Amino acid sequence: MSARKIVVTSGKGGVGKTTTTANLGATLAKRGKRVILIDADIGLRNLDLVLGLEKRIVFDLVEVAEGRCQLRQALIKDKRFDALSVLPAAQTREKDAITPEQFSAIVDQAADAADYVIIDSPAGIETGFRNAVAGAAEAIVVTTPEVSAIRDADRVVGKIAAVGKPIRLIVNRLRPEMVRTGDMLSVEDVCDVLSIELLGVVPDDEEVIDTTNRGEPVVLNESNRLRAIYEKIARRLEGELVPFTTFDNQSFFGRLIDALKAG
Amino acid sequence: MIEFLKRLFQKQGSSATAKERLRLVLMTDHLELAPEMIDSMKRDLVELISRYVEVDRERIDVTFERQDRTLAMLANIPILSVNRPNGNGAVTEAPNPAPAAAPAAESRPAGAPPVRKRKRRKKARSVRANLPSTA
Repeated sequence: MSARKIVVTSGKGGVGKTTTTANLGATLAKRGKRVILIDADIGLRNLDLVLGLEKRIVFDLVEVAEGRCQLRQALIKDKRFDALSVLPAAQTREKDAITPEQFSAIVDQAADAADYVIIDSPAGIETGFRNAVAGAAEAIVVTTPEVSAIRDADRVVGKIAAVGKPIRLIVNRLRPEMVRTGDMLSVEDVCDVLSIELLGVVPDDEEVIDTTNRGEPVVLNESNRLRAIYEKIARRLEGELVPFTTFDNQSFFGRLIDALKAG
Repeated sequence: MIEFLKRLFQKQGSSATAKERLRLVLMTDHLELAPEMIDSMKRDLVELISRYVEVDRERIDVTFERQDRTLAMLANIPILSVNRPNGNGAVTEAPNPAPAAAPAAESRPAGAPPVRKRKRRKKARSVRANLPSTA
């Protein structure tokens, strides 16, 4: 049985693609799935660092593509999980060091030995993005509730939809209190504008900075607030119907309650 | 108390503005992404209008402009004749009519300065359509 091949992309940089890939991958692995994560951001490799595996790199994606090593030699096994491996990107090469055909072939090879292959796409809509999308059968678009991120997300949605691959959305770094006061776009607003299916909503949380500092996925920390959030996303990805937490726009009564509290 | 009332009746924050701006910019982005769609729309538009009046197909000008909260499509379609070509409102794919056949009143020389074009537009000799903001 072949794996699900999913690309995590966004258009704009810095919205949380790598953090999403790392945490979603780790959560799926924790749930007993065989997961291979591929860092497609050649020249700006970071997935290894976010997962705390940066010291264990021997070979990379480009070396596999060039036939200088086997895929299994380049895969770094994350010892904290039963079946989570990472294929790191090359750090000192350019995006065009690999062709979409080579990349797709590596993804397919990885898919033979996994349940999920998750590709961390680079920002932008150029070669690196095209490679990452070419290898995947479905896409997760990550955005934050900001105009620039949403506009860029719309661009990549257009490009992925043009090649007929299904797309789902993760709204990252939502600040519910700002949504309540009408100072931030709500999840409904974002979905409305982008018109794609929602996969998950991740609230803005300082703990992400802490876990990234340490190179530990949130799923490893029992007390982490985001652990349950990523678990929900993983379950939805597996086809379960998991209800969303709603962060409604402020109603008259909402304002009344807030005004009473503040008054 | 004033503070309380202010909080209670406070207008929505900047998220509504963000959404409206996004809608508009994405609409423009999408239009730019599909020039073939604009061409096809132009063709259909001309086809429709040609059923009623004879138009100068060579000088049709369709542009998009942002107007307040919506994107407006401005179509400048010079009319050559108000006579229905076939007498029944339907027109077959007719070749460009000879300029001599056109009533002088409507056919201004091609390449007229933009100011004149705009003026003509205001005289309702051209067709203007407002697209809804939810394209």
